Amino acid sequence: MSDAVQEHEVREPATQMTVGDEVAVEMNAVHKWYGQFHVLKDINLTVNSGERIVICGPSGSGKSTLIRCINRLEVHQKGDIIVDGVKLTNDLKNIEHVRREVGMVFQAFNLFPHLTVLENCALAPIWVRNMSRDEAEEIAMQYLERVKIPEQALKYPGQLSGGQQQRVAIARSLCMSPKIMLFDEPTSALDPEMISEVLDVMVGLAESGMTMLCVTHEMGFARRVANRVMFMDGGEIIEQNDPENFFNNPQSDRTKLFLSQILHN
Amino acid sequence: MTDASQNYETGQHPDLPPPLSEVGILGWLKHNLFSSPLNTVMTILAIWFLWAFIPPVLDWMLFDAVWSADSRKECWALMEEPEGAACWAFIKSRFSLFIYGFYPEASRWRVDLSFVLLVLAVLPVLVDKMPGRKFGLIYAIAFPFIAGWLLVGGLGLEPVETDQFGGIMLTIIIGVTGISFSLPLGILLALGRRSSMPVLKMLSIMFIEFIRGVPLIALLFIASSMLNFFLPPGTVFDLLLRVLIMVTLFSAAYIAEVIRGGLQAIPRGQYEAADSLGLNFAKAQILIIMPQALKISIPGIVNSFIGLFKDTTLVLIIGMLDPLGIGRASLADADWSGLAREVYLFIAMFFFICCFGMARYSLYLEKKLHTGH
Repeated sequence: MSDAVQEHEVREPATQMTVGDEVAVEMNAVHKWYGQFHVLKDINLTVNSGERIVICGPSGSGKSTLIRCINRLEVHQKGDIIVDGVKLTNDLKNIEHVRREVGMVFQAFNLFPHLTVLENCALAPIWVRNMSRDEAEEIAMQYLERVKIPEQALKYPGQLSGGQQQRVAIARSLCMSPKIMLFDEPTSALDPEMISEVLDVMVGLAESGMTMLCVTHEMGFARRVANRVMFMDGGEIIEQNDPENFFNNPQSDRTKLFLSQILHN
Repeated sequence: MTDASQNYETGQHPDLPPPLSEVGILGWLKHNLFSSPLNTVMTILAIWFLWAFIPPVLDWMLFDAVWSADSRKECWALMEEPEGAACWAFIKSRFSLFIYGFYPEASRWRVDLSFVLLVLAVLPVLVDKMPGRKFGLIYAIAFPFIAGWLLVGGLGLEPVETDQFGGIMLTIIIGVTGISFSLPLGILLALGRRSSMPVLKMLSIMFIEFIRGVPLIALLFIASSMLNFFLPPGTVFDLLLRVLIMVTLFSAAYIAEVIRGGLQAIPRGQYEAADSLGLNFAKAQILIIMPQALKISIPGIVNSFIGLFKDTTLVLIIGMLDPLGIGRASLADADWSGLAREVYLFIAMFFFICCFGMARYSLYLEKKLHTGH
């Protein structure tokens, strides 16, 4: 294993992580096309509450599209997606319900540059959950402390480093008390020395029992917190297994090739 | 000290102060005025130019000018040489005409009161740290109706026909109305043009392209003459109101395109972040997208506003007496004829002060809203 991967490697195995039997996300025979291009092919996936799933695969394999379908940033054309018991259709009420319960962290952070860190975090609780400003800011400060940057609360995103911005983005999502968190390559845009500060926050979140779907190539993170690792290629889920078996005993040739490429570059 | 860098171990070199020629006044002069031979020549030429031209202009405009007299002849008699300086006495004698047009003298307090109320309405909009700003903004929304009532009359006030409006008062009425109504209309048009609904999109495009493709003067002529054809016979539709509508629509089309440019600069990630937090379309637009798009659009929006404010002088062509119209009418007076320079300079100064004020405010806003690094 390369040094880069070992850097973010586990020091101790996570302990209090349990998986519930409630279904958080269910995808049944989901297909999606971008014009003529068939991005997602017959995706079947059930995620229980408390599960932590890491999705990896080459670029263009549809892994981002898959998690973006879960909060309807992308529209699927065939099959059913049921999130938190609500089926995703064109019904705006359903979409708004799902988006309230599902947090998302983006590769490019997507913080609101015209608002301070605190305002970024308090915005959705105020305007979507109808909280008072004081209450929302109190919650925002709690989560900023949890991601270890309360002292930056009054700065603007443009004044922070990439790692700090991504931690604010995580805090911003958590302020909505989501049941499910989606991570779309949260560390891919970061300088190497900032990756671990973001991963630490994500590990803490996993340990608190959050249901997580992470598109990432941080295999050290996958080994430490995932209870399932999925490999996607060409719009299909090629293989999924617990991390131990996934890394040590990959079944398909494509998975083996992919793992050898990212672990020995 | 011969070779300071040799005295420190690698990695231990302290920060030293910069040489004197790089900082302070000397540094500024060197970097800005005398940085190259060409720059030095231009600096010297500029100093010579200012030296040669500023004093005579100030003499003509201020120090030798005549401030009170009863006619042009009296004015010139008071100068060292006739026509050697400005005769502001002319402007002074017509001052109230320039301000109020032919608004009845007994009711001019209503115009003055409207001016004061206008300033009070503009303050909470422009100054964001004002105490009680919320009430100020509510008042600012109510202001156009209060001012309309004050100026036109009715409901207990002596009615005044709008064809008696004129001068600077008319310019400000058209300018302020156009500016305050064209911005919201422009935002809606910009959103319409980017909408995914084809009918809404087509209507917005047709409106914007029609208005942009027709000169304002043509629209004003349409307002003053042709609109009657489309209205049921006998309808009374005030000319000033028609002009206000046309100017607003004209400006809104331009503002819409400026804001559309701002909207295009907002990355898709901002929409996605807003969506993923559960904000609906209206909340995402009001809280996330528009504040950023409008900030980017400030220079273009203010540019349009300045253009609109100056274009108000075009109402002269359909017979309304804006300051230029008043000026031309005043020059027809035999006692004062021949003082065109004073009249046009005075009008130019008025427009310059207003437009320069807007330009500076826009720069201030840009600086204040700058949060990136």
